[in-house]
Order: sequence, then C-alpha cells, then structure tokens
Amino acid sequence: VLVSIISSPPQNYPLYIRSVPTENELKFHYTVHTSLDVVDEKISAMGKALVDQRELYLGLLYPTEDYKVYGYVTNSKVKFVMVVDSSNTALRDNEIRSMFRKLHNSYTDIMCNPFYNPGDRIHSRAFDNMVNSMMMQVC
Amino acid sequence: MEGLTLSEAEQRYYCDLFSYCDTESTKKVASNGRVLELFRAAQLPNDVVMQIMELCGATRLGYFGRSQFYIALKLVAVAQSGLPLRVESLNTVKDLPLPRFVVSKNEQESRHTALYSSDADNPASYSGVIPPPPGRIQVKKGSVSHDAVQQRTSTDQQESTSPVVSPQQSPPTSPHTWRKHSRHPSGGNNERPLAGPGPFWAPFSEAQPGSSTSSDPIWSGHSPPPHQENWVSFADTPPTSALLAMHPASVQDQTTVRTVASATTTNEIRRQSSSYDDPWKITDEQRQYYVNQFKTIQPDLNGFIPGSAAKEFFTKSKLPILELSHIWELSDFDKDGALTLDEFCAAFHLVVARKNGYDLPEKLPESLMPKLIDLEDSTVGEQTGEVGYSSSPAEAPPSKSPSMPSLNQTWPELNQSSEDTAIVHPVPIRMTPSKIHMQEMELKRTGSDHANPTSPLLVKPPDLPEENKMSSSVKFTAGNTVTDGYSSSDSYASDPEQIGSTVTRQRSHSGTSPDNTAPPPPPPRPHPSHSRSSSLDMNRSFSVTPGQQQAGVVAYPPAVPPRPQPSQGAGPHVHRPVDAEGLIAHTSTSPQQIPEQPNFADFSQFEAFAVSGVNKEEEDEIETHSEVLQVEKPSDSASSLRVAKADGRVEDKAPANVPTSAGKGTTPLAPPPKPIRRRLKSEDELRPEAEEHTQKTGVIAAVLASQPSIPRSVGKDKKAIQASIRRNKETNTVLARLNSELQQQLKDVLEERISLEVQLEQLRPFSHL
Repeated sequence: VLVSIISSPPQNYPLYIRSVPTENELKFHYTVHTSLDVVDEKISAMGKALVDQRELYLGLLYPTEDYKVYGYVTNSKVKFVMVVDSSNTALRDNEIRSMFRKLHNSYTDIMCNPFYNPGDRIHSRAFDNMVNSMMMQVC
Repeated sequence: MEGLTLSEAEQRYYCDLFSYCDTESTKKVASNGRVLELFRAAQLPNDVVMQIMELCGATRLGYFGRSQFYIALKLVAVAQSGLPLRVESLNTVKDLPLPRFVVSKNEQESRHTALYSSDADNPASYSGVIPPPPGRIQVKKGSVSHDAVQQRTSTDQQESTSPVVSPQQSPPTSPHTWRKHSRHPSGGNNERPLAGPGPFWAPFSEAQPGSSTSSDPIWSGHSPPPHQENWVSFADTPPTSALLAMHPASVQDQTTVRTVASATTTNEIRRQSSSYDDPWKITDEQRQYYVNQFKTIQPDLNGFIPGSAAKEFFTKSKLPILELSHIWELSDFDKDGALTLDEFCAAFHLVVARKNGYDLPEKLPESLMPKLIDLEDSTVGEQTGEVGYSSSPAEAPPSKSPSMPSLNQTWPELNQSSEDTAIVHPVPIRMTPSKIHMQEMELKRTGSDHANPTSPLLVKPPDLPEENKMSSSVKFTAGNTVTDGYSSSDSYASDPEQIGSTVTRQRSHSGTSPDNTAPPPPPPRPHPSHSRSSSLDMNRSFSVTPGQQQAGVVAYPPAVPPRPQPSQGAGPHVHRPVDAEGLIAHTSTSPQQIPEQPNFADFSQFEAFAVSGVNKEEEDEIETHSEVLQVEKPSDSASSLRVAKADGRVEDKAPANVPTSAGKGTTPLAPPPKPIRRRLKSEDELRPEAEEHTQKTGVIAAVLASQPSIPRSVGKDKKAIQASIRRNKETNTVLARLNSELQQQLKDVLEERISLEVQLEQLRPFSHL
C-alpha cells in the first residue's frame, strides 16, 4: 500500500510518498502520477466548490488487476492518493475514508508548523509515524 | 519472581532503560528489538543472557513486563560483576553496580568505542544508548567516571574542558546559547548521548564535592563550548530518558548544577538541571528563564505566541529548520499553530537540549507535556513529573479536534453520558422569584432525590458546570421540565443521578434565583423558546405514554417553574407523573406548587397532581384555583392540558407550545426532551409572569384542590407542609421514572435517526458520480 500527497496544481509534484512494501515502489510512483489525471477529471466534474467533506473524498479512482487507487482532495487542491492491494478485500470504503481523514488531519498539523513552508517536501517525523502506523494497519 | 528491591539509583536507571526499550509504550517489552540490543550490549555470553531471560520470567511470559525487565537488568548487573546468576541474588547482593551496556547506537558506538577505553571506571563509555550508569555510580563515588565521560565528550567536542558545569563557564545570557549551537551541530548527537549526562552532572552534584572540581575540567570538555552559554550544560543530558539512564548521577548533578547555576547564570542551571532523573525535566531556573523569554515575545503569560514569532525566535538558535520543525511538532501540543507558555517552555527546552547535543525525542517527554485537562497517559513512568506545567487548557482549546482527541472527546462524552444516563444535569434551580419558594422546593426534593431528571433538559452535562451558575431562565426551564411543576428549583436539582455535584448545586441554588445555574438545558434542545410549546410537547409526549392521564402533566414537568409566589414552595411535583397512576397519586401528593405560572395551569389539570405542595399557594392561588379547577376539569387529556396551558400561559407561549406540541405528538419519544426543555424555559420565563396568570394558578389550584387541599396559605402548619412535601416527593419519583423511560425512548429514536443518516450519507456519494 502506498500513500502519497501531491501538491496543489499546477506544480503537481509529490510532497510525500511512502509505501510499505518498498519493492515495486517505482511502479507505485508511476501509478500515482497517472492517477492524477483521474483526480483532475473528478475535480472538474464536480464543479462546485469542494466544501463538503464528502466531496473531498473522491473514492476509488480506478482499479487495476493488482491494486486500487483512491483519491482525496483538500480544499486547497492538495491531493492525497492511496494505492492499496486489490487482494486486500477487507478494506472497506469507510476505512479508506477514515484513513484519508487521518491523513488530512495530520497534514493540517504539519501546515500549522511555522517552520514548514507549503510546497516543501514533508519530512515530519510525526507524520511519518502516523502514516506508518496507518499503513501497518492495512497490511 | 521474587520481589525485587532496587536502590534508588537502580530504580531510576532501570526506569530509563525500560522506557528506552519500551518503544511502543505498552509497558511491556517484547523480547526483541531494543531489549535484545540491550542485552547484547551488556556483553554477556549468550547463554548467560538466555539464563537471565529465563530467570526473570520473560520466556515464560513471552515478553518483558516492567518487573521482568527490572529483574533482568539486575541479573545483568549480577552477571557482569561475576556473581552466579541466582534468583536469590537479586536481593541479596548489595551494592551491585548498575548493569553496564555498551552502546548500541551506531554513532555512539563509534564514539564510545573510542572512549570505551575500557577504563575500569569508565562506565561512561556506554555510548549514548545507555548512560553509563556505572559512570554514575562512579561519579557518585568519585567522579572518576567523569573522566571517562569527559573523554568521550571531548572527543566529540574538542572543547576545552570548560567545566561542563557551566558554572565556570560564564554562561552568558541565554542568547548565547544560540551561539553554541554552531558547535553542536555535529557533536550534539554523538557525544552527548548520554554518557554525558551522568558524569556531567556529577560534577555538579554536590554529592560529590570533590569530584566536582575534578569533574569540572572533564566536563568542560563535555560541554560544548566551554564558554558555552548555559545551554551547554544541556549537552550532556541525553535527550531521551532512555539514554539518560544515569539517574543517580543526574540527580546529583542537578542539585549541583543548580547551585552552580546560581553562581553562574540561571540559564546554565536550568539547562543542567534538566537532567536526569528526568532528563527532560525543566528546572526552576530554566523555567524562569523561559518564562522571561516568553514575556519578551508575548507579555501576556496566558496568551499565545503566534507561529511566525516563534519561528523567528527559534530560528535564532541556528538549529536546522528540519529540527526546529520537529521541535515544533513535539511542543505544539494542541496543534493550533501557536505556543502557549507551557508549549513555549517545552520548545525552548528542547532547543536547548538539542543545542547541547541531545537528540530530540520522538515523542514529547511527559515532563514537557503541557497539562491538558483531559490528557492522559503521560505516565511514563519514571518521569518525575512535569515541572510546573500547569494544565494548559487554555492552550488546548478543543479547536483542533484531530489533534486533541482526548480533549474533544471529553465534551462529547460528557454529553453522551448525560444523555445516556437520561439524567439531566442538575437543573438549575429555578429562578423563581421567590427564594423561599425555592427553598421549600428543595426541602421537598431532598427526599425524592430528584427523580426528575428532567431528562432532556438536564442532560446537558457539559453545560452544567458552567451553567449551573447561570441563572438563566432557560436553565430553569430545563429544570422545570423535569420537575414538572416542581416549580422550585429543587426539581431541577434532580439530576442527582447524573451529577451529584450538580445536584448539590442545584439544591443550594434553589433558594436563590440566580442559582439557576442549573445545567443549561441540553444544547440541542431549543430552550429558550417556547415555554408553552415545550409544555405542550410534554403534554403530548406524556399523553403518548400509556396511561398517563396527565399527559399534560407530564408536559409540564418542566414548566413548573418555581412559583412565582414565594409561597409556592410546593414543588412542581405535580408535573410529571410519569405514570398515570402515579400521577394521580402524585398529584395528590405532590405539592403542587402551582405557581401562577402557566404551567401550573396545565398541571392543575392533572388531578393527580393535585399538588399538595400547593400549600404554599397563596391566597390568590386559591382563588384561581377554583377557576382553574374549572378549567382543568375539562382538560384532562393532553389536549386539555394544552388548552389549559394556552389559557394559563401567556399568549405568546401558547402559540409556540401548541405547534410544538402538535408536532411532538407524532414523535412521542423524540421530542419529549425538547419540549420539556422548552417548557422549562418557558416556565422560567413564565414564572415571573406566572403571578399574573391567575389562570394558571387556578389550574394548579384546581389540581391541588383535587388533592387534599392544603391550605395554600403560607401559614399552613408544618404538617401540611410536610404532607405536601411527601406528596411532592412521590410525584417526584413518579416523574423521575417517567423521565427515565422517556429518555430511553429518546435514545432509541436518536439511534435510529443516526443510523438512517449514516445510510443516507453512504448513499450520497453515488449521487455525485
């Protein structure tokens, strides 16, 4: 499973990428990159301002034979993308939502840090711990 | 395992080690990871290690609990000193040196190995991982260890041996600390690790007067810049407690440090003192210094330092941004982007420690945690406790829910609990104009023990504490609803179940109108509005209840605001007889206070309520009573109640009530709470007006009349009063029962509603696609 945070457009570069099984990481990176298109598509489809929390969660972006990609976008157009194994059928939509919520909360905590400049890579240890623990739960 | 007695030094040391190994803070350490590292570091043959593990019971349990861990450490010490491993030796061997562990940390190892010149007394070589306890011991004994430690530090720091103690160093004012930072960057981590602290402190410790001098030079090497500013002293204190196992030494050091500090600068002392026993503890001098610094940025000690200001300030320390960012994450406990005094002190402390070479912890040490109201678990154990960290509720307003789950949870939990218990918080005593009345009510109530948790109204636990004090009418209404007619505040106080304290509060308040502190009606319930509507609803809801003949009565419960008339003392009792039967009985018994309030009018309808409490009623009541009787007679049913209410009530109320009551009828359970509250409120409002409502009184009077009419006149003798009290109490209990039943129903309905909402939400996303 992999978690990544993509910065806001137009740069769209990853602020944070972390995957648990570290092999095939590059493949996941590529997957995330390609999923950005889907995210943009969904955002534009929504149209109205994404104020509703529910709308922040984009749901399953697209499934492949091996894995599923979920998306979540914040009000500031920072995108969270999560790639999970398709074999992990126990993962329900609600769990994904809660994971995104946790991610979002931790992300806002990072934002509150005056030493963090938006647009920087995220190096926070606390954030790493949170992500790790979350991914451990999934795997 | 047999009992283990540890010396104080051992206790501290083991505590540190345990925390070090207990990476997940589960209070038990799996036999892997750090524990194994530790044991390997002990440099004992494998079979000895296995034997130790077996002896301490870890193999039996599969993990190391705290006691097992301690036993294991003790056995390590035993083994290291060459004694045979026996369970008995745990307690019999006296003066056992602390177990020594070779550092496991990589960098430390390199350093330490260098230092680890296998000096006999250089236990300090333990590389940072485990502060050389032995060193400490030595230190205690004589500072020899300091040398060892010193060497270590010197390797890293190459500093002149300025006495670490800083006393010698002229600790320039704190700002200097920043200077030091330049020195630290590299060394900090390496050297300091811990070995330092112990020995470091040792010099300071007064316990070793002699050593101090000797150690000073040694220490000086440690402390990064000899001239270092006070911060230097920090250097040795290992940032993590685990590392700093050197408790014993540190303890001493601290004392010495303190003294020294005083000599030199408070800053230094502070730093140094932050040592060991709790490596992260902030000494008083340090804290004072931090507070002063805080004041320079933010004169208000209870205020916040905004993130930008804090950023500038800490950037001056010349720590890398990444580390500052980490420090911020650790210290901004409530994640609000601003630092309160406690948070600022913690951050400053961490910066100092970092500058002195201590590694930043992964988690905020307990001693640095701001005390939040609901925070828990800071226990780590060995920490001696926060240094003066007062709870910082202010800083941690539950603004960030995610970050402060504990805080936020408290409130909802409170509400939750209150709702669940269906016990309303002590309803604030009604704000009856007449205190006497209230007091009377209280008297009555005392017996019944607030059966009437006016439920919905009272449910607001969270509000209770504050709101109790509030003498808002709303409160009363809340309370009133419960009391149904217990005009007196007592009824409100009936939330005894939920909050005993509140109950007491209520009682006391009963006498005083301002006491309406009764817990404000539960937030969801729209209090302030319609007194009438609530009462009507009540009626309705009650009518739903089987048999409640007095549906109306039920409705009232809250309404029974304290009788406006002082004479009223009779409790609302009437109100709310939960069961029809009960009602009747109650009504008769419950002293119906039927204050003029409109609610009373309703109550009066309940014959059952024939409040005995009416005794308080005044003459006018009697008069109205007759009128009311007529009024109420026809209105036995809830509807009649409503009517009565309408009559009795103020016009404004009536309309409100009627619609609400109408609405309520459909959902018997759900609304009940609301209506009740409203009623209470309205009742409260009404109360003052009640006097004007003769009708009400009439109704009430009617009700009362049904009961053995107790001479309302105040002049009733005690017997009558007591009788009415009894009746009121009975009514109280009945109403309380009814209340609880309704609460339960309400909960059920709410649960259904929640589930429906959840389903709705789940279905909603599909609509987007």
